[in-house]
Amino acid sequence: MSPDRKPIPFRGGGFAPSPVRGAAAATFLAVLALWWVSTRFGWISPIALPLPGEVANAIIDMVRSGELWQHLKASLVRLLVGWSLGAGVGLIIGFAIGLSSLARSTALPLVSALFPIPKIALLPLFIIWFGIGETSKYATIAFGVFSPMVIAAFGGVDAVDRGLIRMAQSFGVPTRDIIRKIVLPGAMPALLSGVRISASIGIILLVAAEMIGAQYGIGALVLAAGNLMQVDRLVAGVLFLSGFGLTVSFLIGLAEKALLKWR
Amino acid sequence: MELIAEKICHAYGNLKVLDDINLTIRSGEIVAILGPSGCGKSTLLRFLGGLERPTSGRVLMAGAPPADCLNPLTFVFQDFALAPWRTVAQNVALPLEHQPMRAEERAERVRSALARVNLSEFANAYPRQLSGGMKQRASIARALAVNPAVLLMDEPLSALDAQTRELLMDDLTRLWGETAFTAVYITHNLNEAVRLGHRVVVLSRRPGRIREIVPIDVPIADRRDGHPALAPVSAHIWSLIREEAAQADRELTDVA
Repeated sequence: MSPDRKPIPFRGGGFAPSPVRGAAAATFLAVLALWWVSTRFGWISPIALPLPGEVANAIIDMVRSGELWQHLKASLVRLLVGWSLGAGVGLIIGFAIGLSSLARSTALPLVSALFPIPKIALLPLFIIWFGIGETSKYATIAFGVFSPMVIAAFGGVDAVDRGLIRMAQSFGVPTRDIIRKIVLPGAMPALLSGVRISASIGIILLVAAEMIGAQYGIGALVLAAGNLMQVDRLVAGVLFLSGFGLTVSFLIGLAEKALLKWR
Repeated sequence: MELIAEKICHAYGNLKVLDDINLTIRSGEIVAILGPSGCGKSTLLRFLGGLERPTSGRVLMAGAPPADCLNPLTFVFQDFALAPWRTVAQNVALPLEHQPMRAEERAERVRSALARVNLSEFANAYPRQLSGGMKQRASIARALAVNPAVLLMDEPLSALDAQTRELLMDDLTRLWGETAFTAVYITHNLNEAVRLGHRVVVLSRRPGRIREIVPIDVPIADRRDGHPALAPVSAHIWSLIREEAAQADRELTDVA
């Protein structure tokens, strides 16, 4: 190479993180090892954090006695009923706001006013209305899920390509079919992200409601274990919650794959 | 069937966009409407197809559409307007689904429309997998599937590159040769207007008025670049639009 020629400096690259195979598993193992080491050698008091093995034993005990299933079932039913109620109504109201001027001018301000209320603040009111039983828990979850779902739905409807709607109108497609074949699939990405957000809000409210007054449920399990200083059962409960959230998110991921394969 | 625009005027607030448009589209002819951007030509097309209402004037249909016509006034859009969640065949089937017909007839209409634009082998592809030219062919197939009385084409080739545009023009020429269809072809491209129009309607800048209607007698199938009879026609139309185009180019656009 002659002296007046030199390679240009490279300025590109980076800003494209990609997952490294096995790194996730290694991270979990490292955290587990750190946990084991620090509790085993007494760096962390056993009152604050049990050994990983003790948590595993607590989980096995709960599985054997059937207690785990009781808690899981109670929580699952609450989440399913509350979420379906809130998300279903939210979806309908959201579509109405997205499609009709009347709904937009009446329901939207109302939803906007409801949205900033931390829904857990309504639980005492719901307990007065519906009693300490399941209904007040369903209502809290449903209410919490409702407004994010409304906002996701009407945002999704608003974002539907107007060109496609005009196309369908130009072919004389009836309004009902336009909603079903153009607006609904067009809003689907936003709806699914609404499902994702509302599901995580639902889990938060589920645990909060179960901590205020419930015999079974993962929230109740965690609270009771805390009151009795059963840290092993408490940590087990927290792990169940993590698994719970991961499962919900995995299921939504499957739904996204199936419904948005055209993207 | 004829399509007649009668004294069409349109204004957005105080801004006049179309002024006294009178035009008859005769059966079996392609009318190219040529004008600079912002002259209201796409708006005019939406009036012709009943997607919008003019401030004054009206659009009339004379005579009955063909017997098996499902949607007399059918658009072909510049941006194709294909639903991304539907395959090519499903997109073509969309305007047929609400029509009362047997499933076999629907499938047959889709099949034959795709065959006419040479897309049969891509029936199950999604729009994102298609090139721009293929997307517009799919959108043309969808329009053909309803057997329209008048095709309303809104700058159908403007979103395509120059080579694809040539290919699509050949396709349209061939399609018209197979079965003469009636079309209104909106464009800002002189070359397209002269290649495809039996008559070229030259619009002025805003407010859009008809400056001249130029008939072109050369059969569409014979038109090629450098055809001796086309050169003077092109030159004449260019002289009509040149000044307007230059002025439009030096204008701030607030109204699309």
